[in-house]
Amino acid sequence: MKVVLKNLTKIFQSRNGNGKEVIAVNNFDFEIPDGKLIGLLGPSGCGKSTTLFMISGLLKQSSGQIFFGDDDVTNLPAEKRGVGLVFQNYALYPHMTVKQNIMFPLQNQKMPKAEIMQRVVEAAKLVQIDELLDRKPSELSGGQQQRVAIARALVKSPNVLLLDEPLSNLDARLRLQTREEIRRIQRDTNVTTIFVTHDQEEAMSISDLIVVMKLGVVQQIDEPQKVYDNPVNLFVAKFLGTPPINVFRGKIENKTLYIGDEKIMKFDHDDQEVYVGIRPEGFIVNDKGVLSTKFVSREVMGRDSSVVSKSDASETPIIRSIVDSDKVINPDENGMVHFDIKPNKIFVFNRETEERLLSGVNTKNAEEAPVAETPVEETVTTEEIPEVVDASEAPVEAPKKTTTKKTTTKKTVAKKTTKNAEEEK
Amino acid sequence: MVDSKQQWKAWLYLLPALILLAVFTVYPIINTVRISILEGYKPLAAIGGERYPLGIGNFTKVISYKGFTTCLTNTLLLCVLTVPISCFLALLVSVCLNSINRLGKVLQTIYFLPYVTNTIAIGMVFAMMFNIVGLKQVNVAEYLSTGGQYTIYNIYTDVNGEKWGFVAQSWGIINNLLQLFGINPVNWINSGGNINGGSSTYVANIAVMVVYIVWNALPFKILILLGGLQSVNKQYYDAAKIDGTSRVRTFWRITVPLLSPMLAYVIITGFIGGFKEYSSIVGIFGEGMGPSGNGSLQTIVGYIYDALKTDSYGTASAASLILFGIILIVTLINLYVSSKKVHY
Repeated sequence: MKVVLKNLTKIFQSRNGNGKEVIAVNNFDFEIPDGKLIGLLGPSGCGKSTTLFMISGLLKQSSGQIFFGDDDVTNLPAEKRGVGLVFQNYALYPHMTVKQNIMFPLQNQKMPKAEIMQRVVEAAKLVQIDELLDRKPSELSGGQQQRVAIARALVKSPNVLLLDEPLSNLDARLRLQTREEIRRIQRDTNVTTIFVTHDQEEAMSISDLIVVMKLGVVQQIDEPQKVYDNPVNLFVAKFLGTPPINVFRGKIENKTLYIGDEKIMKFDHDDQEVYVGIRPEGFIVNDKGVLSTKFVSREVMGRDSSVVSKSDASETPIIRSIVDSDKVINPDENGMVHFDIKPNKIFVFNRETEERLLSGVNTKNAEEAPVAETPVEETVTTEEIPEVVDASEAPVEAPKKTTTKKTTTKKTVAKKTTKNAEEEK
Repeated sequence: MVDSKQQWKAWLYLLPALILLAVFTVYPIINTVRISILEGYKPLAAIGGERYPLGIGNFTKVISYKGFTTCLTNTLLLCVLTVPISCFLALLVSVCLNSINRLGKVLQTIYFLPYVTNTIAIGMVFAMMFNIVGLKQVNVAEYLSTGGQYTIYNIYTDVNGEKWGFVAQSWGIINNLLQLFGINPVNWINSGGNINGGSSTYVANIAVMVVYIVWNALPFKILILLGGLQSVNKQYYDAAKIDGTSRVRTFWRITVPLLSPMLAYVIITGFIGGFKEYSSIVGIFGEGMGPSGNGSLQTIVGYIYDALKTDSYGTASAASLILFGIILIVTLINLYVSSKKVHY
């Protein structure tokens, strides 16, 4: 069943009565397609759980509407929405056995006993806990409790399955295993599933679509890989990826991008101060590389290793770049290492708005191709810019205008693109 | 673990408490057992060096004493009546208190007030509330013509042939309330007067005691249960709500089981307190332990105090040990039952 959120907003009144309001969720507008697994991703306090609880009906929205399929459930109480909710700490009733826990929702519906038993066993088999039906929750491991909680949510055949931080209470090993399990169960039941997490890896690994939120405002909604490859702003770029993206202070001058005083590449945009984000895997060690940083150390991680270095232009205290384990790093006489940058791993953001700037999107150069068709390679092959792309490097996927949400803080990009598009016509 | 060389320090710190416990708890317990098995023990003579033979005479004396059955019945009756009522009411009040947001703290304080008030003082207030003071002489014809509706007692005819009688004149608030509903005032606690053919009944006395003990026991129980309720994870209720659980079902299937450790504690301590009932009766009926001091509401603890007053240390000790035995058995039964029903 698809879930449609229309301008969903939640405002909390301040408790001490000073009239201050906190906008926990601001104008959430999204149609969640049927049978998909959606990850709501964001740091603490970004409103992702609030959104989940509003969909469940446990929290009342301040404004906006929620539809399940074509039914408006905005004013329906939680018990009538037919959602399954798995709580962060599972909320299994400790005094009931696994079986009693799973059958509890069905008993509320006054279902015949035989049917209840049949469905309980079915649900238990689905999450592979049919051996544990007579145990108490306290006798189960965290992962098993998690499965019981999912079984309890699924047993009543919910319209939508909601999971609140489903993996946060599990240890690292179990987390990997359980997230695969959640993916499998979701595929088996094909129930529209929304889960909340602050762990970007978790969200990216199993979601069909991820929704990145910040301070109640949706930043970007897209397939995980696309969000990673094309962050709409600095926040999204910083939030996704481990090790995190390296951020430098830079500038655009004469259609050229600088980090510090070093020319990095051709970048067709108005002159301005910018932030430059470079993914750790975007560095290529090259003694004649365009970017030089002070070598600090090398951390070995087995499969690859990371070079830790410093730069005055860096926003982050250290720069971390991932290189092959067998790559020899030779800092020069000044202790500097030099890198070339993979063009598809470098993102430029306006210094003030922190919005993504795309090469070729320029109000003065309206005749240039619109964003969607501008291949990044084009800009880096200009003669004065050193060659940075290996021949083996996969072609860069052109940045596409996806389902990004336009908010007040994003005016620059949004306006420019629309203007461009208009002028093109 | 503390280093064994340092252990003497730990003992040193514990010493003050240990000395007090030894002097005022351990020694009296041992002494009680000793005195209870000495025949004809007299404290002053004992100090003088007199020796007493061992025997179970004190116990047989207590059990064969005809008043002891009254003590036992009263104590058991009060326990059986007050513990379930007070526990149920406390559960009800604490669930209600827990579910209101405004005034919750204020009400909590109000409900807790009886706990910090002196038992005897509350007893005197209750005695006033349940009071019925004297009779009012009325002219029967006049009283009936002015719409009097209460029973007229002891009607007599005077020399002029006029009929006179007595109507109960209640000043206690409880009887005032009853009068408001047109119910005859009840002689709750006073034995005097000629109402209803004489003294107040045993049932009325017990009723007063039950109301008083329940009211007095509520605050502590509410405190414990409210604490338990507040520590219950709200997500259980959210989960129940999502699954469309009715309020009644949520209460019985989730709240009560999750609260069962506190309920067990409250019930067990309730029984223990009930078996030690004494001061509340003194508070209302005075040391006579009954209307006009007839001792009809005497309890086991009351019996022990009376024995001490008459220097019968042997019987007092024996009665104490009997009471200890009863409480021990009841508590063991409680624990056995709760081990089946309580979910820790």
